[in-house]
Amino acid sequence: MESKSELLSDATIINSQLPTLVDLVLTEAKNQGASAAEAAASVGQGLSASVRLGEVETVEHNRDKDLGVTVFFGHRSGSASTSDFNESAVRDSVRAACSIARYMAEDECVGLADADKLAKEIPDLDLYHPWNPGTEQAISIARQCEDAARCVDARIQNSEGATVSSHEGLVVYGNSDGFLGTLPTTRHSLSCSVIAQDAQGMQRDYWYSVARDAGELEDAEQIGNKAGRRALRRLGARKLGTRETPIIYEAPVASSLLSHLASALSGTNLYREASFLLDHLDKKIFPDHVRILEQPHLQKAMGSAPFDSEGVATIASDLVANGVLQHYLLDSYSARKLGLQTTGNAGGVHNMMIEPGDHDLDGLLRQMGTGLLVTELIGFGVNTVTGDYSRGATGFWVDNGEIAFPVEEITVAGNLKDMFQELVATGNDVDTRGNIRSGSILIGNMTVAGN
Amino acid sequence: MTGALQKARESLLDPAGIGDSELERLIGRLLSHQVDYADLYFQYRRHESWSLEESQVKSGSHNIEQGVGVRAISQEKTGFAYSDEIGVPALLDSASAASTIARAGGDGAVSISWQDGRSLQLYSALDPLVSLPDATKVKLLEDVEAEARRQDQRVRQVMASLAGVHEVVMVVRSDGVLSADIRPLVRLNVVVIVEQDGRREQGVAGGGGRFDYQYFFDKETALGYAREAVRQAIVNLEAVNAPAGTMQVVLGPGWPGILLHEAIGHGLEGDFNRKGTSAFSGRIGERVASEQCTVVDDGTIRDRRGSLNIDDEGTPTQNTVLIEKGILTQYMQDTLNARLMGVTSTGNGRRESYAHLPMPRMTNTYMLAGEYDPQEIIASVDDGVYAANFGGGQVDITSGKFVFSASEAYLIEKGNITRPIKGATLIGNGPDVLTRVSMVGNDLKLDTGVGTCGKEGQSVPVGVGQPSLRIDGLTVGGTQSG
Repeated sequence: MESKSELLSDATIINSQLPTLVDLVLTEAKNQGASAAEAAASVGQGLSASVRLGEVETVEHNRDKDLGVTVFFGHRSGSASTSDFNESAVRDSVRAACSIARYMAEDECVGLADADKLAKEIPDLDLYHPWNPGTEQAISIARQCEDAARCVDARIQNSEGATVSSHEGLVVYGNSDGFLGTLPTTRHSLSCSVIAQDAQGMQRDYWYSVARDAGELEDAEQIGNKAGRRALRRLGARKLGTRETPIIYEAPVASSLLSHLASALSGTNLYREASFLLDHLDKKIFPDHVRILEQPHLQKAMGSAPFDSEGVATIASDLVANGVLQHYLLDSYSARKLGLQTTGNAGGVHNMMIEPGDHDLDGLLRQMGTGLLVTELIGFGVNTVTGDYSRGATGFWVDNGEIAFPVEEITVAGNLKDMFQELVATGNDVDTRGNIRSGSILIGNMTVAGN
Repeated sequence: MTGALQKARESLLDPAGIGDSELERLIGRLLSHQVDYADLYFQYRRHESWSLEESQVKSGSHNIEQGVGVRAISQEKTGFAYSDEIGVPALLDSASAASTIARAGGDGAVSISWQDGRSLQLYSALDPLVSLPDATKVKLLEDVEAEARRQDQRVRQVMASLAGVHEVVMVVRSDGVLSADIRPLVRLNVVVIVEQDGRREQGVAGGGGRFDYQYFFDKETALGYAREAVRQAIVNLEAVNAPAGTMQVVLGPGWPGILLHEAIGHGLEGDFNRKGTSAFSGRIGERVASEQCTVVDDGTIRDRRGSLNIDDEGTPTQNTVLIEKGILTQYMQDTLNARLMGVTSTGNGRRESYAHLPMPRMTNTYMLAGEYDPQEIIASVDDGVYAANFGGGQVDITSGKFVFSASEAYLIEKGNITRPIKGATLIGNGPDVLTRVSMVGNDLKLDTGVGTCGKEGQSVPVGVGQPSLRIDGLTVGGTQSG
């Protein structure tokens, strides 16, 4: 690309100025009378190229920046953000935040994170591996990926395309207690989505790979091949009759169960009494064999971070051990509301994972015997207040440990509290692509609604 | 020049020293390659939000975003770049990057005679953020909270939020058409949690539209949301397990129209149909609903959340009939997909912001009223479910399978609404669900202004609506089988 080098050099200049910008914001906040302040500045840039049916479809050049500030006047706060880094815009943003703070109620839980919780040393987690593939190379990889998917079978006649995307970014967080942390990261991905068709209709499925280091992306042809095979195996899907049955969540969707757990354990939902796991600390919420942990410092992992969005040091810990809930997921504010300490979870979890069991997916299918394998979920039928769970599902009926036929247009329902207690086994087929990692999960009994 | 265009020029272009000749130079840079069509999308967006919990307004934020999206289209190929700096050098860079999608050798030396695009006048060009003193915004939320607590002693928590957006957009197209729009948008939301004998349930209500904050004071609109949220939460305290299986379902009027958005709306968007990836592809002229069903997408309703004077490609929105008496009549189009399918844009080209590419999106999607009294519809059901309110929904465009999740529902037994049931997801098949609509009510209602639609990672405000409907056979995803 003729403009490539220009884009890069621009961003490099901005990157080097981010700490100065954060400093400027903190000083400005102080000048405008704030007793404390925090600011986060970020810049990012990237390229995304899509190919569909062998032809280039879109090429997108991304370049973003953002500055967010929160000011404190004692125990009152206000926030503002802007995408304009000019000094006057920055000053206006601080003024807007200060103006909001004036109208806020006094709340003694409001404030910066406790200074002794801030990250003292910032470990290098190896999260920054710029790639800069260039448009031609990105297109060629996407084309190779989609070709592999289209070659899987003659019934793969249509496609939503394959996309290569590469992104790099820098976040600088600082606060008026002297904390300044910088976090450069990269994220590269390759995805492919194709459509299989027969007399009965069309079925779409996809596969993707994502990595901090482009060298660790799954092979393009392999991704295409998986996407093709996954679409193909859904052909001929039918409804099931309504029944109670054991269910296996295939690894890529099993992580959603952990995300519902994280949501129920988030400090914000707890102090608002909006969680079905209120008052469950030290209680058994899973069977004995379940261990769920957070490992924020894994090298190169997608969910790794040395500090959270308040500058608090992240730490590895067990969230659930021997089935018993060990702690909640708290930021400073929710921790103070609950009379507890922050757990370094401002902004969410970092590499949350369930300890894998001994079996792969085939082993889990045999362990289940007869039941439902869910490979895709749709809809938002999860109530965090009550734990009531009801979502649309697609997958396969399993008979005697073997996949029998594809199913669709059914729902799977239960209550998350019961589903957690009935977690029979976790597979060792761990999906490491996301911030939440899980192998396939077998739940003892749920309700399937269909015909 | 329209008022909006003049204001847009003053606030977006003039500070950067961009006049007609600079615009011509930018379009020229885009057309220096073999590009069929190109556009620039200038945007300035100011957003504020105030939120209350535990009887106090404790958080508030103010955000400003601005930038320009630059797009070049050559046949089916799209090149796109954007910049959050509105200035000639940054825009020339973006134009160069976007135009490389096409082969070099276009006619770069263009001479354009700019003309003003047509625009509707559906809402006032006001800035809602300044329509109310900040102290009054805080007081409004406090009043909403007090109203909720006044309803019932079982109310444990009240969370209320108020948000406003002031947005100025300007579209500069390579065919010389200049258009602009000034878009206000406000929203108030209330969530309550009630508790009885250790059981906690939630109720949610809210609304808004393209006007200023005064709307929430008129007819006690905001206080009405508080009462409605409490009412729903209290109903849910008594809810029993929902049934599982396929049964007769009656949907209430208004927001349950999310059925139409998911079951048919997305599947009728032009991009999926141009590519042949929708379950509705190639089905224009076919029966996809019962004769009682006429469904439209109408971006031209005054003051509505989903309405737009022009879409994000400068095309005025319109009232598009999607299904007429059960027959599929038309898809929703943006310029790219319309051109490739040999039709014209229906004014459905929308984008989340300058940093996103436009695509065909819905505006306000609803079904026209039928002839039945809603009471008559319920009385006609011997054994089924009445779903009065919903959370969100989702659809698989290709297979046509869609879901939407009830947040307030009841059993219908022998023609009467009896016990409330727990929220459950309803699942169906888009191309045939409306063929099972056996009764359409005379009580058409639009939603209160709460919808946000997500597609390929882009969110845009939308509306839905419908009269009461009876569907003979929809799968209810409860836990009570048999």
